[in-house]
Amino acid sequence: MGDSAYSFSLTTFSRTGKLLQIEYALNAVANGRTSLGICAKDGVVIATDKKLSSTLVDTDQVSKVQGITEGSGFVYSGLGPDYRVLGESLLVGFGLGVELVRKARKSSQSYYLQYRENKPVSQLVKSTASVMQEYTQSGGVRPFGVSLLVAGVDADNTPRLYQVDPSGAYFGWKATAIGKNYVNAKNFLEKRYQDDMELEDAIHTALLTLREGFEGEMTNENIEVGVVSNVDGKFRVLTPEQIQDYLDEAN
Amino acid sequence: MSILEYNGAAIIAMTGKNCVGIACDTRLGAQAQTVSCDFRKVFQFNKSFVGLAGLATDVQTMNNLLTFRKNLYELREEREMTPRVLSNLLSNLLYEKRFGPYFIEPVVAGLDENNEPFLSGMDLIGAPVYTDDFVVSGTATGNMYGMCETLYKKDMEVEELFETLSQALLASVDRDALSGWGATVHIVTKDGVISRELKARMD
Repeated sequence: MGDSAYSFSLTTFSRTGKLLQIEYALNAVANGRTSLGICAKDGVVIATDKKLSSTLVDTDQVSKVQGITEGSGFVYSGLGPDYRVLGESLLVGFGLGVELVRKARKSSQSYYLQYRENKPVSQLVKSTASVMQEYTQSGGVRPFGVSLLVAGVDADNTPRLYQVDPSGAYFGWKATAIGKNYVNAKNFLEKRYQDDMELEDAIHTALLTLREGFEGEMTNENIEVGVVSNVDGKFRVLTPEQIQDYLDEAN
Repeated sequence: MSILEYNGAAIIAMTGKNCVGIACDTRLGAQAQTVSCDFRKVFQFNKSFVGLAGLATDVQTMNNLLTFRKNLYELREEREMTPRVLSNLLSNLLYEKRFGPYFIEPVVAGLDENNEPFLSGMDLIGAPVYTDDFVVSGTATGNMYGMCETLYKKDMEVEELFETLSQALLASVDRDALSGWGATVHIVTKDGVISRELKARMD
């Protein structure tokens, strides 16, 4: 992490008091694939567009919805801006997301080793946000070019959805969207969201929202969905078969 | 001379019906010489109690360390530490010093998030044991095991648990030169903690 020749931070203030690197990172996120999440009263759903520019890509190997602890999972948005120059920017955005996933998993296991209790999702978010903040104030590194949506059931059994930005700021949401087309997606969610929504409705709504801004046909192969219910408190990534069932219902 | 026997201590913890009790002596000595008669070895952490027997400096240090960790936990997590979590934390802290240990043998007693009794004991490097009846620690463990085994019954109510715990401790420390000189008992129920000083032989 960071060349020893770089003891100074690459993220420095502009004259107007902005941290442009962070702004640019947020731009990278806004150009990434759409991800969204909805927090229902009995669970949370997160979903993302998995569309790849070439049919030759093996979609099974691409996984952006990742479980972190038994009861929480991430999805990340924010690949390189140019879809056609896929290879590198895919790897870069992907690699960064993967790195955060790795750190989050390790920190969660570390917590379990100390306390013999699963790390609550709110704590997971705080420590991940802290990591992302470090990369805005350390020598020789740049901020992460990804935003995360974190879904989980917290220590007090309430379902929670959080967004974590490249700056290290985090927000709790009832429902939100990040990445390309997030404005329309959020408007759509605002109209559809209800406080007493159930998980099944939330999954349904999530798919409808994703379809709104989808280029081309949305199938069970080009989206990914993660769900955690407060019945068993376990985060699961839905299989293509399960996604297909929900898609059939939506049609 | 064993380092764990330098200062002297006696701690017993027992479970009752929807309650736990923990008792300790209050002697602090420098081998044969008694230095203080109000050195308590049992410390409260919300609904949990930790009893620390062994070298007094480590008893105090570990108490401070646990308070530090408990406070940070409560600030970060916005909830209380359950006794199981506290016990595990303690076990971890001790094992971190595996090759230069703290000379203490702790006991953790409390009510968990469902107000169920919890007990655990561990050695100086953190090896835990979880029981549902009693745990003992200190310089008079032989005596204490004998007394507990004889006097203990399952599901004792608060008053009976208090009596049993007190008698077990008092009889054990009377035959041990290094512990005694006063005793304190705490009983934890879901409604709160009852603490009493025992009138003990001051010799």
